[in-house]
Amino acid sequence: MSAHSSDHPAPAILAEVKPAVLPRRVLVENHRDFHWITDKVCGIVEGQTPVWWWWCFGVAAFVASFTVAGLTYLVATGVGVWGHANPVNWAWDIVNFVFWIGIGHAGTLISAILCLLRQKWRTSINRPAEAMTIFAVVCAAIFPVFHVGRIWFAVLPGFLFPFPNANGIWQNFRSPLEWDVFAVSTYGTVSVLFWYVGLIPDLGTMRDRFTAAGNVLRARIYGFFAMGWRGSNRAWSNYEMAYLILAGIATPLVLSVHTVVSFDFAVALIPGWHTTIFPPYFVAGAIFSGFGMVMTLMLPLRAIYRLEDVITQYHIDCMCKITLATGTMVGYAYSMEFFIAWYGANPYEGFAFINRAFGVYAWSYWIMVTCNVITPQFFWFKKVRENTTLVWILCIFVNVGMWFERFVIIATSLARDFLPSSWGYYSPSIVEIFTFFGTFGVFSVLFLLFIRFVPLMPMSEIKAVIPQADPHGSGH
Amino acid sequence: MNKTYGLVAAFDTTPELYRACEQVRDAGYSRWDTITPFPVHGLDAAMGMRRSHVPRFSLVGGITGFCTGMTLIWWANAYEYPLVVGGKPYFSPMFAFPISYELTILFTAFATIAGMFLLNKLPMHYHPVLKAPQFVRASDDRFFIVIEATDPKFNPAQTRRLLEQAGGKDIAAIDE
Repeated sequence: MSAHSSDHPAPAILAEVKPAVLPRRVLVENHRDFHWITDKVCGIVEGQTPVWWWWCFGVAAFVASFTVAGLTYLVATGVGVWGHANPVNWAWDIVNFVFWIGIGHAGTLISAILCLLRQKWRTSINRPAEAMTIFAVVCAAIFPVFHVGRIWFAVLPGFLFPFPNANGIWQNFRSPLEWDVFAVSTYGTVSVLFWYVGLIPDLGTMRDRFTAAGNVLRARIYGFFAMGWRGSNRAWSNYEMAYLILAGIATPLVLSVHTVVSFDFAVALIPGWHTTIFPPYFVAGAIFSGFGMVMTLMLPLRAIYRLEDVITQYHIDCMCKITLATGTMVGYAYSMEFFIAWYGANPYEGFAFINRAFGVYAWSYWIMVTCNVITPQFFWFKKVRENTTLVWILCIFVNVGMWFERFVIIATSLARDFLPSSWGYYSPSIVEIFTFFGTFGVFSVLFLLFIRFVPLMPMSEIKAVIPQADPHGSGH
Repeated sequence: MNKTYGLVAAFDTTPELYRACEQVRDAGYSRWDTITPFPVHGLDAAMGMRRSHVPRFSLVGGITGFCTGMTLIWWANAYEYPLVVGGKPYFSPMFAFPISYELTILFTAFATIAGMFLLNKLPMHYHPVLKAPQFVRASDDRFFIVIEATDPKFNPAQTRRLLEQAGGKDIAAIDE
């Protein structure tokens, strides 16, 4: 489908070596045209609100109320309502934070890294994946903000954001926790901007359709956010350049965010945390969990809205293969941690890893290994990848496994550090459990609103990758 | 008093549009545009457009961000209230790097988007093209060429003939 083919004459060497022509996979099945794509995507927003949507929204809002109640109780009472106690002073809060922020990473991977790598299949899934990123960052941000207990300290000058406190002292910019503030807030901001820029042409389409249908109010609302976009090629030229640059900077950003998150641990001296493998291992794990979540969300949507022509089996194959690759990297990291613990000959580190696998938290370690190392291996098989239900179930295991990975890293290392006299065992309190449970509701509420009001797929990008879009008419 | 904004011609496929753009470009027009539902590959060259200037904004934004990070941290931890942490020097670019790196990206993003908006003159909620009814399909499945009446080479009859020869359909004048 190379549109470049007629721009440049083929090099002479190709006539000699006669390379095999590998057919490109079609990205939109059944020869759908531009108008079909517009109708399909806009129809989701324009149609009546389906009954299932109200049911899901009701359940999601109910679940989200657990978070609201849990946090209100926490702020009113104090952080003591969570199960943290010496020696485990960081527990579910940071586990949940890393879990959610990791999920967000697949969205940026799809929108930015796959854009730079010219993986055109990304177009069908990048919008919901980016939305997932933003909502996951929202859920993630809840925990570091609220774990300080008196949350006004999170916004008052002198604590998180770079202003001096009441004594005129500034933050310690050597602390990875302060780096984290910058990394996560930059990540959230850039994700929202990137998402919005991608939305502008599609909002223009929505505006034009509502104008034509005579729905003035909705035309005004979508029109306001479309900023007067009219699809002029002089504007597209600047737009595409801006999009490319955003993709170019979002790529180092997404890699740096989870690297900085891993520094929260790797820079500390606790055995089990103090390892140099953490940054790449955390990034691979984040992408692994994120793709698990993308498929958890997209497979039901594909079935409900009959999107099989735009989210084809090829798309599912690609996502499964990335999950398989990153899951295997995570498995490699687990074994390499053990190897280094032995090879490094540090008795504390050696103990930390033996303790993970066979100590008091062994149950969580083996849940993690089963879900993260064994589950993705099923994706080697085409039969499995073609069974959407099975793929969805496996993705749920991936999500569970990646939550346990963070729990294993954080709780086991803190509960058994250098001095046996300061060992302990951490269990979450009911408030903590409810607060975390509720974040799935918060996420779902936001995601359901997104499905209802925002074009689910980037129409302009999907149109650009179908054969009719090629101005040289060959279709290939 | 309706002033004519320009002439518009519609095209159903991208190859037709591409060839027509080459003809309009070669006829020497300068104030004209295409309206398409998606960025058509290679159309910039067919329209004789130059490379976008957005990267200049990005570069300025990136440099500003990096310098902001380094300066902020030096000023806060080494100058305004020198803070001893672990007996290390008050300032070193090493520990200031992660934050400066994030700020580079943040400021680049702001500058890139601001640059894109500025160059495209967005938001622009009123435009003759948005008012004309045929353009509802410009964000759906049809492609248009608009030649503005202010173009020095514009001549209602000749321009119309050029668009006809280039294969344009439904040629019409649109009002200001």
